[in-house]
Amino acid sequence: MLSEVLAVRSNEMLLPDIGRLTVEAAAPARPGQFYMLRPEHGAMLLGRAISLCDRQGEILTFLYKIVGKGTAELSRLREGDPLRLTGPLGNGFPLEDISGKIALIGGGVGVAPMVYTARALRERGNTADAFLGYPDSPYLHETMKTLCDKVTVATESGVCGAKGYVTDIFDPEKYAAVLCCGPLAMMRAVAEKCKAAGTPVWLSLENRMACGVGACLVCTCKGKSGGNLRVCADGPVFRGEEISLDA
Amino acid sequence: MTLETDLLGVTLKNPVIMASGTFGFGEEYAGLIDVSRLGGICSKGLTLRPRAGNDGVRMSETAAGMLNSVGMQNPGVPHFIERELPAMKALGPAVIANLGGGDIEEYVEGARLLDGSGADILELNISCPNVKDGGMAFGIKTQVAREVVRAVRRAYSGPMLVKLSPGAENLTEMAKACEAEGADGLSLINTLVGMAIDVETRRSLFRNRVAGLSGPAIKPVALRMVWDACRAVSIPVVGLGGIAAWRDAAEFLIAGAAAIQVGTATFSRPDTALSIIDGLGEYMSRHGFERISDIRAC
Repeated sequence: MLSEVLAVRSNEMLLPDIGRLTVEAAAPARPGQFYMLRPEHGAMLLGRAISLCDRQGEILTFLYKIVGKGTAELSRLREGDPLRLTGPLGNGFPLEDISGKIALIGGGVGVAPMVYTARALRERGNTADAFLGYPDSPYLHETMKTLCDKVTVATESGVCGAKGYVTDIFDPEKYAAVLCCGPLAMMRAVAEKCKAAGTPVWLSLENRMACGVGACLVCTCKGKSGGNLRVCADGPVFRGEEISLDA
Repeated sequence: MTLETDLLGVTLKNPVIMASGTFGFGEEYAGLIDVSRLGGICSKGLTLRPRAGNDGVRMSETAAGMLNSVGMQNPGVPHFIERELPAMKALGPAVIANLGGGDIEEYVEGARLLDGSGADILELNISCPNVKDGGMAFGIKTQVAREVVRAVRRAYSGPMLVKLSPGAENLTEMAKACEAEGADGLSLINTLVGMAIDVETRRSLFRNRVAGLSGPAIKPVALRMVWDACRAVSIPVVGLGGIAAWRDAAEFLIAGAAAIQVGTATFSRPDTALSIIDGLGEYMSRHGFERISDIRAC
């Protein structure tokens, strides 16, 4: 784990509200882990929790969606600007515990962690299919095609791939394990389908965070057994049956 | 020159303490910074019985600050004594157990259990704004605070800080009452009570409606209150509220604080407290101060 100020290597918009930022950092990270990103000279108090999208050599890639002031500030960073990176944080996907054919399901900016996950699975000799859902224009699906056996895209607008939800196409019976990151509604649908099929599923959650290390307790979610779980430190990846996804 | 500081008879390596609720039980940050360099660590706010905390949104960033509505989620005093406290003590810095409660009996029973448990200092929290049935209620009216401090004083034999709320009706009167009832020191300020509204749902963002405001935004208010408290009582005052750099810490020490706490700023930069320790050392050298208490002016 590190917390240091690094120079932004690149920052580009893939869509009007989706940006891709890279930095160079040597420390290793697991697929599904995240970092707190905070522009060192920005106006925001807190870092923003952004999952690791990809890692090639020492280049870390982050994908972010502009949803508020913090992520808008991230989007204004230029090459060379100082960015505080704290991480890697959280547990990540337990790739060592799964084998066989794996389904990676990503929704919107939740596609991000699936890239490094797919790369790591390929390096381990696993095979994976990806199911990627977007509201409109897709992104990273071409990269995923180079890392997965098969990539299925669905868009709500119908601009690319099947029109509708990718969760309607996905069949959990065909897979030994499912890894998913996306909007709550998507994760609920995936968790239900996997439960019915008896397929183990891991979900990567997000929440507002302050510390990112399990100290402040602002990012908790409900565990099925009643207690609170910290998305940052107990997650962000949980077994489907561990957590309650009720609104 | 030394940064070593006496606080209520406890020797701290330096006057920089991690504020309750922002540093867990210390171990959470051990992988990120050298926790052993800190002067002290305040535990997450404890209550006699475990609390799940508040449902719904728990945090929202504001201009130069943040609102939190965690609601005293904690494992309860017995669990703390058995599990978290030994690990906290092993970290090195002085251990300050922060105790809240919903009623006087709960405070007293919690204090009784903590007495002799191994924590260096008790920080009696009469100022948490995030639970409906208490906490903050004790920090508003002097007479109510007087009763809880008196009762806990009888139950706890070790050094005791009372953590005051900026919402106190009369802060200097409150400070004097706590001193009269046996507090060995005061810490202030806790968060200011704030609110945020979701304009789409047209409801408060927080299930508990209100939330506690912390961060650099509250520093001027905190500094003024610490200045006032230092002049109202003769027991040590620990200053906190928006401290994010050594200059902020120096301001509180000049105002009369015996030590300071760092809270929200740790979220921005995990090593904030360490850079404050370094900065205070350089400041003291530059001014020829021998001890932390030399920094105090007027």
